[in-house]
Amino acid sequence: MSISRDDIEKVALLARIRVNDQQVAELEQDLGNILDLVDQLQAADTSNTAPMAHPLDAVQRLRADEVTETNQREAYQAIAPATEAGLYLVPKVID
Amino acid sequence: MQWDVVIGLEIHVQLATNSKIFSGSSTAYGAEPNTQANAVDLAMPGTLPVPNEGAFRDAVMFGLAIDAEIGRRSVFERKNYFYPDLPKGYQTTQLEQPIVGPGHVEIDLPDGSSKTIRIHHAHLEEDAGKSLHEDFHGMSGIDLNRAGTPLIEVVTEPDMRSAEEAVAFAKKLHSLVTSLGICDGDMSQGSMRFDVNISLRPKGQEAFGTRTETKNLNSFRFMEQAIAHEVERQMDILEDGGEIIQETRLYNGDRDESRSMRSKEEANDYRYFPCPDLLPVEIDDSFIDDCRSRLPELPDARKARFKEQYGLNDYDAGLLSGDARLAAFFEEVAEHGKDAKLAANWTLGEFSGRLNAEDKAINDAPISGAQLGNLIVRIADDSVSSAGAKKVFEALWSGDGDNVDAIIEAKGLKQVSDTGELEKLVDDVLAGMADQIQQYREADDKKRKKLMGGFMGPLMKASKGQGNPKLFTEILKKKLED
Repeated sequence: MSISRDDIEKVALLARIRVNDQQVAELEQDLGNILDLVDQLQAADTSNTAPMAHPLDAVQRLRADEVTETNQREAYQAIAPATEAGLYLVPKVID
Repeated sequence: MQWDVVIGLEIHVQLATNSKIFSGSSTAYGAEPNTQANAVDLAMPGTLPVPNEGAFRDAVMFGLAIDAEIGRRSVFERKNYFYPDLPKGYQTTQLEQPIVGPGHVEIDLPDGSSKTIRIHHAHLEEDAGKSLHEDFHGMSGIDLNRAGTPLIEVVTEPDMRSAEEAVAFAKKLHSLVTSLGICDGDMSQGSMRFDVNISLRPKGQEAFGTRTETKNLNSFRFMEQAIAHEVERQMDILEDGGEIIQETRLYNGDRDESRSMRSKEEANDYRYFPCPDLLPVEIDDSFIDDCRSRLPELPDARKARFKEQYGLNDYDAGLLSGDARLAAFFEEVAEHGKDAKLAANWTLGEFSGRLNAEDKAINDAPISGAQLGNLIVRIADDSVSSAGAKKVFEALWSGDGDNVDAIIEAKGLKQVSDTGELEKLVDDVLAGMADQIQQYREADDKKRKKLMGGFMGPLMKASKGQGNPKLFTEILKKKLED
């Protein structure tokens, strides 16, 4: 199985990763190799195997519904590039 | 051409847990911005989510209430997209193995019939933060207090055929989740948000047409308007021979307009995958049994009980049982007032009308169920006329007294039901109305009914509004017709 330049550019856009032409060519090769490995895996008979959501054979621990956190806004906002009136400021987004 | 409207809903229900779905931050509404957003909510590197048992309990209770299969093993997935109010760059949600499987909800329609709406599934997920687009020097402000608030997203099958049915379903769901106590139901604070999928198909055709999704409707009224608007829009396009584009639309209720959210479509490739930070959650029998034991009386059962226990008709029982708080208020009124029919009339009439007019919640009402019940006792035993009772209600509501009997006394509203006293008044008034008496005696039954009013006015005036109108009528009839 191979991957096209268009696929790579689309995935890069969705992931917000900028790639130049040379990187696209390299990724075509690297991702193609990975997909070849997936092709090999596809050959395995999984008709009796339940899909696995996690590699660990364990179940999730749940926590009690209690508020355990206190307000640490000042500490978090100290490392933010821009804040005002308690808000984090980001480049304007209008959908 | 005749068109069939096909509607399916997706409803986001904010769960009334104390803490967030994956962190111990508070979910209380209305706090200062970002004071309830901790390292996990902010997606700081190195943090890990730990799911909230309370969110699972709420979701399972919902599942039991709609008679759904509970997902014994439920898995979280990542839904990837970029938006500043989603710090992780993905929403943790469920896709393949949700906590609640297929179920169903019965809705009552205004014509008295009922209909089953199938639920496809309901899954647990986290809410995003809020973006404020006021001008902060050309930037947007982000408040992440809401980020990580637990939601269940309820997805219906496309079983609704009109705005009326969709609104009936929405109201029923609201009634269900508030009765369960898993959501505060406050739509003005975004506790329930509706996405509406709509398509049209020529009448009689089996296959569905292309649908659109109108997002984020936060009131029943806007939902009804948005559906009417979208049905109209699609009909115009189809009748002109055009095609519907599958897209997401935003409805502006103030202007009754909608527009396409094209930017959202472009990125509509969420690349879901199982979240490696979270193990599968297993729900066992004892957890489900515990949830079942916590189920309160649900609206359908309550409605049946109201009909049985209080002898209410279907319509009144439906209205009173839908809202858990209104139902509890009514029961308090009925308990103190003894007369269930009067209790229902006053709860649904004067009391609800006043709440609506003042846009008040039941818990903020200045009058208690016991007070209204005491007033009902006085209406039932003829101590006060219904006009007088309205004045007592008014006094209770505005804080002009808190004891029903004291208000009746102080305002001179006590109804006179002493027959001797009333007869004397009738004699006095009739003495000056010879012409009208003559007229009445010559009239037929139908006309007589009308003429009665001409006597009642002066009588009520003569008794300073305190005469019992029912007794007055009886005495009058006797005197006029004998």
